[in-house]
Amino acid sequence: MSPIIEFRDVTKVFPSPGGPIRAVDGVDLSIEAGEVFGVIGYSGAGKSTLVRLINGLERVTSGELIVDGDDVATLTERQLERKRRDIGMIFQQFNLFSSRTVAGNVAFPLKVAGWPKADRDRRIAELLDFVGLLDRAHSYPDQLSGGQKQRVGIARALAASPKILLADESTSALDPQTTQDVLRLLRKVNTELGITIVVITHELEVVRAIADRVAVLENGRVAEHGPVFDIFTRPQADVTQRFVSTVIHDRPRGANLDRLRQTHPGRIVTATIADGSRLGGVLASAGSLGVTFEIVYGGIGTLQDQSFGSLTLALDGPEHQVETVVARLREVTSVEEAR
Amino acid sequence: MITALPAASDFDWSLHGPKLLEALGQTVYMVTATLLIGGLLGMVLALALYTTRRDGLLANRGVFGFVNLLVNVFRPIPFLILLMIVAPFTVELIGTRLGSTAMIVPLSFAATFGVSRIVEQNLVAIDPGVIEAARATGASRWRIVLTLLVPEALGPLILGYTFVFVAIVDMSALAGTLDGGGLGAFALDYGYKRWNFAVVWITVLVIVLLVQLAQAIGNRLSRRVLRR
Repeated sequence: MSPIIEFRDVTKVFPSPGGPIRAVDGVDLSIEAGEVFGVIGYSGAGKSTLVRLINGLERVTSGELIVDGDDVATLTERQLERKRRDIGMIFQQFNLFSSRTVAGNVAFPLKVAGWPKADRDRRIAELLDFVGLLDRAHSYPDQLSGGQKQRVGIARALAASPKILLADESTSALDPQTTQDVLRLLRKVNTELGITIVVITHELEVVRAIADRVAVLENGRVAEHGPVFDIFTRPQADVTQRFVSTVIHDRPRGANLDRLRQTHPGRIVTATIADGSRLGGVLASAGSLGVTFEIVYGGIGTLQDQSFGSLTLALDGPEHQVETVVARLREVTSVEEAR
Repeated sequence: MITALPAASDFDWSLHGPKLLEALGQTVYMVTATLLIGGLLGMVLALALYTTRRDGLLANRGVFGFVNLLVNVFRPIPFLILLMIVAPFTVELIGTRLGSTAMIVPLSFAATFGVSRIVEQNLVAIDPGVIEAARATGASRWRIVLTLLVPEALGPLILGYTFVFVAIVDMSALAGTLDGGGLGAFALDYGYKRWNFAVVWITVLVIVLLVQLAQAIGNRLSRRVLRR
């Protein structure tokens, strides 16, 4: 695989009365062809600007931004218009054309790309079938639910067969059930059509559901990036840890931990669970060392087809024997003192 | 007997009837032509204002400043004064300053600047996200201006133009005072000048009906457009 989008020291500065604002500040990122790449950050982190640099809705201030072979920083507006036909985009508020029907919305990019009428009609039917809205072709956007609107948005974005799909907070205005439907559809877009997707979101759940890799953005800079599994299981930057703690509640903290200490004598440790952690064997041997254990907190789930989570154990017994059990646990997985 | 109250019998159908009908025809002619000419030119100015403003699709300080100044200068001029200012220009263009056709010139002039602000307001209300979505498809800025802006603002635009229609009827009545013909001239010549208030009131009734009809059509059309 080779990068289809490459940020090289990209900066975007907006002038403002209070002095220039560096919305994107020296970003280096490579997005591979065919992957789903997540960009997560709190509002104001610069993620919306970052994604708009890719299709030139915002122009790069400095640096290189190679998109499918062209440095969009150097393209003229005319060249950018041509480039945008290869880059679909969907939005939080859907941004459908209220004056056009569902079919008319999907037809718009095809007209822009100069498709003849007969080809357009065939393509529209194909796309509406793909997103499951063939029966709503003649409805107006106002007559659709939020989830349906985003499906139209996706059909419109895919109309001219782009290589890249930019999704800007595409599920933030939807309820949880509809969010799942739309995310499934985006997954299908990626796997069945091979389209590279860049997902901008402030919800880690979205990244967890569909992204292969993720970059965490803070103050216009990439705080960290990598495979989603690594970011979830070993978050490094503070901002990432904050995000992870919003979706994963598998470690006792604060009042929870105090309560556990009161009700359980002995040492409290948290063991990370992953595929291949053989905790059971170690714990089974604890009894012969005179150590009793209790599972007091934790959770195990699946992320990208791998188990992950943690269990918090209260170990009670002679101190050196407890230490032996902890040492054996450390041989099979990582163990932290509860704090 | 209170003499200020008009007697219906003062309206002489055989004399006033045909004149009223003729005046109505002139008014409808002036107003329709003005709505078309002023409506179109005003739309062009509005699109220029909307697209060249800061962060607009065709942002251009020079063009915006010029058009904005133009509108600000001409729009506040009272129509009666405008009638006089435009008269020499009308003579040049039409050959005379008298009659309904000549009146279309100052009426269109005034309507153009009035329409420009109303249409501009309706365009500003378009969700910028919709324009961004169009740009993201690779549409050129001119394509967006020519094919997307007006349809997206159509519902409010119809109401805006209905408002303008009523304002033009108002202005056209004033045109009558400067030999422009129409319902204003009829009420003035056959009513007020002869102290015949039956004629004045019946003219008022006709104008009210005309305006009601226009408003009803406008409301209906815009509802139809907005409900889709």
